[in-house]
Amino acid sequence: MIDNVALERRAFLRAAALTGAGFGVAGAMPAWAQPVSGGLVRPLPTVSGNDIALTIGKVAVRVDGKVSRAVGINGTVPGPLVRLKEGQKVRLRVQSTLDEESSIHWHGLLVPFAMDGVPGISFPGIMPRSTFDYEFEVNQSGTYWYHSHSAYQEEDGVYGPIVIDPAGPDPVAFDREHVLVLSDHSPMAGATIYKKLKQMGGGYFNMQRLTLSGQLAGRDLPASERREWAKMRMDPADIADVTGSTYNFTVNGFGPFDNWTGLFRPGERVRLRIINAAAQSNFNVRIPDLPMTVVQADGQNVRPVTVDELQIGVAETYDVVVTPGDRAYSFVSESIDRSGLGRATLAPREGMSAPVPPLRPRPVLTMKDMGMDMSGMNHGGMAGMAGMDMPNAPNPAAVRGVDPSAEQNASRNLWKLTGWKEPTDHGTIKSAAVAASAAMAGMDHAAMGHGTAAATPAPTGSMAGMDHSAMTQGAAGSGSMAGMDHSAMTGAAPTGGTAAAPMGHGASGGSMSHSMRDFSNAPQVDKNPGVQTISPNPVDRTGEPGAGLEGLDHRVLTYRDLVSLNRNPDVRAPTRSLDIHLTGNMERYMWSFDGVKMSEPAEPIPFRLNERVRVTLINDTMMPHPIHLHGHFFELVTGHGAYGPRKHTVNVAPGGKVSFDVTADAQGDWAFHCHNLYHMTAGMMRVVTVRPDQGGNQ
Amino acid sequence: MTFVKCILPLLAATASVAVAAPAAAQMNHSNMPGMTMPMPAKKAPAKKPAAKKTIAKKPIAKKPAAKKAGPKKPVAQKGATKPADPHAGHDMSSMPGMQTPAASAPPQTTCLPEHAAMGHCTLPTTQPAPPPEPTCMPEHAAMGHCTPATTNTAEGTSFPAGNAPRPPVPTDHAGDAVYGTPAMEMGRHHLKEFHGDQKFFQALLNVFEAQLRNGRDGYEWDGEAWYGGDINRLWLKSEGEAAFGRPVEKAEVQALYSRAIGPYFNVQGGVRYDFKPNPSRVYATVGFEGLAPSFFDVEGALFLSNKGELMARLEGYYDQRITQRLILQPRAELNFAAQSSREIGVGKGLSDAELGLRLRYDIRREFAPYIGVQYRRAFGDTRQFLRAEGEDAAGWSVVSGIRMWF
Repeated sequence: MIDNVALERRAFLRAAALTGAGFGVAGAMPAWAQPVSGGLVRPLPTVSGNDIALTIGKVAVRVDGKVSRAVGINGTVPGPLVRLKEGQKVRLRVQSTLDEESSIHWHGLLVPFAMDGVPGISFPGIMPRSTFDYEFEVNQSGTYWYHSHSAYQEEDGVYGPIVIDPAGPDPVAFDREHVLVLSDHSPMAGATIYKKLKQMGGGYFNMQRLTLSGQLAGRDLPASERREWAKMRMDPADIADVTGSTYNFTVNGFGPFDNWTGLFRPGERVRLRIINAAAQSNFNVRIPDLPMTVVQADGQNVRPVTVDELQIGVAETYDVVVTPGDRAYSFVSESIDRSGLGRATLAPREGMSAPVPPLRPRPVLTMKDMGMDMSGMNHGGMAGMAGMDMPNAPNPAAVRGVDPSAEQNASRNLWKLTGWKEPTDHGTIKSAAVAASAAMAGMDHAAMGHGTAAATPAPTGSMAGMDHSAMTQGAAGSGSMAGMDHSAMTGAAPTGGTAAAPMGHGASGGSMSHSMRDFSNAPQVDKNPGVQTISPNPVDRTGEPGAGLEGLDHRVLTYRDLVSLNRNPDVRAPTRSLDIHLTGNMERYMWSFDGVKMSEPAEPIPFRLNERVRVTLINDTMMPHPIHLHGHFFELVTGHGAYGPRKHTVNVAPGGKVSFDVTADAQGDWAFHCHNLYHMTAGMMRVVTVRPDQGGNQ
Repeated sequence: MTFVKCILPLLAATASVAVAAPAAAQMNHSNMPGMTMPMPAKKAPAKKPAAKKTIAKKPIAKKPAAKKAGPKKPVAQKGATKPADPHAGHDMSSMPGMQTPAASAPPQTTCLPEHAAMGHCTLPTTQPAPPPEPTCMPEHAAMGHCTPATTNTAEGTSFPAGNAPRPPVPTDHAGDAVYGTPAMEMGRHHLKEFHGDQKFFQALLNVFEAQLRNGRDGYEWDGEAWYGGDINRLWLKSEGEAAFGRPVEKAEVQALYSRAIGPYFNVQGGVRYDFKPNPSRVYATVGFEGLAPSFFDVEGALFLSNKGELMARLEGYYDQRITQRLILQPRAELNFAAQSSREIGVGKGLSDAELGLRLRYDIRREFAPYIGVQYRRAFGDTRQFLRAEGEDAAGWSVVSGIRMWF
């Protein structure tokens, strides 16, 4: 049965096409994602049932009043909400009206590999102007999404949300729900964006780089550190490859000025199903004055944890429950490079809006992002250095301010237009004028659970106050280092001593540059021009807030806060471990696993059917990589035993590493890749094979 | 907290009730690092090897029924029975300057998140846990050296991993059995083409300008274009100059094969053809091009002509961003020759040098008008050759042009 709503919409579109293009554009939004305007308040219409028709085709979309070409599903971007029920069987008939190959992948759904929708791995792909039937049983519940896995169609608009209602009672109690599909919309085609990246690397879209005027103004990093970064041919301001200089960050297909609005009754428990369907953008999500209780991550229930902000990597989903009062709230999805933000409104009545916070300063990378952290270094006495690490020290750019010529997209003006008054919200980083010491002291340590002012350079507190990123700053660094007991390092192993010495002097690039591409730190990585750096000392950063969220005066979710609500289905010990290095070259815009691009061709990563493997992802690059494994959930190794959070995508911080345990229980061939679209298309992808044990070893 | 109420009944239905429920009850107070609520008072962490042992037994008992039990078993035991002993030296208390959590934190918050992350103590976020095992870092645990104590129960992700061998890499494709090999081959072609095998093209005119100098106003260009993948590319380079209203004085084109030899550098080899000055020359050329430390764009080449003349060129520029769009580009070009040749007007040694300073404004990255100055000087015999033709051997120009690429 084809859903009535879809039929109605198609009829509507036809009518709209007759009456005029502008009207047609207005129609190119799914009803469930319509902003509250002109009295358009209705419950979520869905595409559901056992037989669902989806049509991929070219559409025109209007974002913040600007019309651009896109590729949508059933005439809209994002595509319709596919609402399923756990236990049902579903047939999704996907028709492509494009002149190029296409596909739909059901992100996070456990389906037979042949229905997974990755051209060349799970099926041949949907040929131009043809139809493909996906059929599978729905054996799970939660929030997921779907998207094209072909070429650059995900950027161009081929994505949409999936909600699967549980067969039994939902452990999450809520009175109302809204689906929030976050994305990054560009008037440029995905193919063009990728071409620009190949032609000019990260410098093309980044309009918040370090400049001479910033140096003279005392912003970002001091001159000495700028030189050290330059010596290494690294850009500490390279937070995102594609930025607000081309992107408008959208919520349900609407720009921040469109202001999509979700309604509620005051006091209701409102469940927000947040999906990061962006091609290339990680977001910091918050609702000023409204704490969010995270109840689900990647469709899997977690123990409720209440935060004020969370960072959502590309392709991740988080369900949060909020209990809003009788007022409007701004939902803000700020790109991690702070080049723009997405915005929606939650309000008890239509036509309301709330102040939108200003964009915060773009963070800069620190030594830790280079994998230069000391804490994970070796087995010697230096391991104790981890105790000196304070992940919550504010970013240098938050302390010194961001480059005065830095450019952000039009959303930078929203705070003025919406009457934002400081300081009404936590989570706003102190201005550049704040001295380093003041900023450190301004951190709410009690709120962080420290209970002690770690920055105080008293002998006892000095270690806690010691931070490697803080050391790279001028004033703040010297302040906290004063209390550092260098004798603690005397027992260090030789490698530790080498790296530690320059750190003691603040900036240290000179000696670091020698070790930034040492293949002995990663023997499995192919030595080729596509590998720019090897992290010398990658550490587990799952307990840290994401870049730029350090030192905030409110609660920020970390991966370690996630604990599975249910006991993990497989609690066996992993029988083996597997390291995978995330590698790349920003200058050439090359990305790979273990230095080998998918196209080389790369060898598949083999798993035995039902074996349990501990996979450790080691990020040798300076960018976060949201890594997605198809057909499986894996449990993060974050210290929660049999209650490890189950995820389909994990964002690996720059210079960091993440371990997960996975049970390879889905026979077949599966895609495994970075979900930054342009990293994947550059080759940061592999085939994972799951086969019954043939008895052979290797 | 109403939330918790809703969740509790459900938890009760799960197998883990006994442990999970109390934790859930306290969770909303303690699960959040940023929470200001007082955490439940906890005993200061103390070493208790006994607890560790209990933890350790589990892997053996619950060992997966895999066939490869052989290699697995010893590992599990290793991880189980000697969590601490290879790392006795890690004991925090033995490190000068290192504070134990208990000593440095106020009584009600004995466990700092960082320490918890290291396995020094247990955050109240998790369920009631066995006393922490301070000597076991997560990194070590991941390596199977010890068992971390951050968890409630020694199960699942808290187990160390074994060292079973990797299975063989299959040579078949699962999809072929479902969709047939020919159809899947097409898909695999798409997969390869769009995941690292794309070919690109760029044409850049770094210098494209009018030059105003004493009586001899003219124009100059210096550009390059490439096509190819990540490693192998075809390059074209061209540079030349002329005075307005007069024939082109110098014009050359190079066609080069370029190969990436490192993260930043390419080697290039091919031919150079000089249309001007007459008589024209063909050169075999070999050189390099790339990004030097501190972001200097450099290139160098050797040229051997069909008449046996050997020459060399070094070029470099640096983009100094003044703002995001205003960029100052110092640029230098040095030409050398191994011999003097009156025919082509080049003298032995350093034949000429060109220094430029151009200030551009990136209206778009691809389109940047600029102004600047350039100083050029010929040396040695080259100088003599130029003077013999009545040309200036040295001089300043004011330049204005557009840097562009597509």
